[in-house]
Amino acid sequence: MDSDLSPQDKKDLDKFIKFFALKTVQVIVQARLGEKINTCSSSSPTGSDWFNLAIKDIPEVTHEAKKALAGQLPGIGRSMCVEISLKTSEGDSMELETWCLEMNEKCDKDIKVSYTVYNRLSLLLKSLLAITRVTPAYKLSRKQGHDYVILYRIYFGDVQLTGLGEGFQTVRVGIVGTPIGTITLSCAYRTNLALMSSRQFERTGPIMGIIIDHYVERPFTNMAHMHPCSYRYEGGTYAGIEDSQEVCTTSFSTSPPSQLYSSRLSYQTPALGTVDLCHPTACTAAAHPHQMVVPGKEGGVPQVPAQPTHGTAAEHGRIPSCPTGQSPQLAPPTSCVFLCLQVHPPPSPAPSSPLQGSLHSNTSSHSGGQPQDDFVMVDFKPAFSKDDLLPMDLGTFYKEFQNPPQLASLSIDVSVQSMAEDLDSLPEKLAIYEKNIDEFDAFVDTLQ
Amino acid sequence: MNCRSEVLEVSVEGRQVDEAMLALLHTILLHRSTGKFHYKKEGTYSIGTVGTQDVDCDFIDFTLVRVSSDELDRVIRKAVAEFKDALGNSGSDGMGQISLEFYQKKKSRWPFSDECIPWEVWSIKVNVVNLANEQERQICREKVGEKLGEKVINIVEVINRHEYLPKMPTQSEVYNVFDTSLKDVQPYLYKITYQITDSLGTSVSTTMRRLIKDTLAL
Repeated sequence: MDSDLSPQDKKDLDKFIKFFALKTVQVIVQARLGEKINTCSSSSPTGSDWFNLAIKDIPEVTHEAKKALAGQLPGIGRSMCVEISLKTSEGDSMELETWCLEMNEKCDKDIKVSYTVYNRLSLLLKSLLAITRVTPAYKLSRKQGHDYVILYRIYFGDVQLTGLGEGFQTVRVGIVGTPIGTITLSCAYRTNLALMSSRQFERTGPIMGIIIDHYVERPFTNMAHMHPCSYRYEGGTYAGIEDSQEVCTTSFSTSPPSQLYSSRLSYQTPALGTVDLCHPTACTAAAHPHQMVVPGKEGGVPQVPAQPTHGTAAEHGRIPSCPTGQSPQLAPPTSCVFLCLQVHPPPSPAPSSPLQGSLHSNTSSHSGGQPQDDFVMVDFKPAFSKDDLLPMDLGTFYKEFQNPPQLASLSIDVSVQSMAEDLDSLPEKLAIYEKNIDEFDAFVDTLQ
Repeated sequence: MNCRSEVLEVSVEGRQVDEAMLALLHTILLHRSTGKFHYKKEGTYSIGTVGTQDVDCDFIDFTLVRVSSDELDRVIRKAVAEFKDALGNSGSDGMGQISLEFYQKKKSRWPFSDECIPWEVWSIKVNVVNLANEQERQICREKVGEKLGEKVINIVEVINRHEYLPKMPTQSEVYNVFDTSLKDVQPYLYKITYQITDSLGTSVSTTMRRLIKDTLAL
């Protein structure tokens, strides 16, 4: 399979795949931080912006990704997955989505590694930026904070989708053909946001829904097993976020390799005509064949140890909320918060490959129309109420008196009494009031 | 070469027209913009960096991602505002179509002007609905947000088919492929046109006038 690929192309391709994987993780995790992400365009290349995109690197996330990859690259049968889950303040958790970077065996031998693959990977990252704002977990992540947080986990090996529940949907972000296989990026996301709370299950049977109590003590104080993310978003820049130390300048040069700096990625345009980015270049007699020099060193990043374990999962990383940017929705003290979630997923594109088809769950509830019982009721748990209950606890009281009967004076049958009758009875009423005028005056005096 | 044509349809409330159009146009332009090319001697060039920006919509439950370029944003907003005004002034049932066309220029001999050859056209058909109360508006916020999400997935699907793209040009040819007028990013040459459908279903030919105007301006 690799026999037609030159050693230089193979080396370039491995580097592209490695940094594509790292940037993919950064885009996904940053999209679940709960904030809007802004980066600046720059007309001059800085040398550290892989794929010509300004994607900052959160060091902890890069560290977790490299730990999960453990020196390997995503390849055929070796997928890199980023799992996003939600954890409530009561300790209940639920997987929301799994992003999968995979490779299948379909090769494109004619594709040019140095620019076509590189530019298509750049396009795929742009698609990822757009799609990460579209899946249901994005809205949830924007509202995280006091009641729940969003977590991420990176693992390498076989894709695990069982935690997404029945009826999960899949969206394909895109594919890029390479000489060693086709890179596929997709997302499988949960549609049924019902949460089985294990504590409630013990007492009263399964309760469905997500219970959000605004009046719990500040959660996550004992999160020793989580990785606290130390970054803060300040003034439009990420303090503590480093630009990638890996040099990736896409400077396209015509010089022969010996004259090029080792830190420049280069290729040559033919002297005549234009370079075809998407089709094989017909090299003219006047042009040199394209030459590649890739960064010879990895900057300041330490090498990963050479004893990887397959399927190693990085530890859970917690994506912090940013309270400065978020204001938790506070309910009045006597009200209860009750959340019933139904997700209307966008229809997934028709599977066009066995790989795609395999990601669909066995139930096809999305195609046959949603069953009507998708709306699930959450048990009404008012703030401050206890579970060992009085005959008339706060929840029952609230339900019973939520809809009081209408006032009798508002339910007068209008057809019986007409305005003419009202007007006729006025003089009588006025006469009575005039007779009792002294009483009214005395009443007014008591008020003063 | 046949021009690739894609059609997207959305139904929105009047106040959502701007944001819905911006969401879709910016998503397409994000994928059809590169960093600025800097040509050096001997046919080499480097490419600048494209930044991105999340923008929350006010009237739709949706966050769009656009290229970080205020200049480009201003141009798109102006075109969308003109379209919305035309929709409002037409007196029709609120149906129209805005098109984003990517094209290449091909030099012609004198006295003919350069030819514009489209290679990809995105047409967004808009149906403006009127809603009776706030509850319907709230439902519409969410529904339109979901619909825009579907459209973004459709756009991404088309883009990632990796079909025809113009060849990367040499320095002398770059103006025939890319819009080099912006200082921070470089989209493929594009033009935005619109049509308003009147209540009889026939299209008013504002498009022709604009196309002729654009051609004469070259």
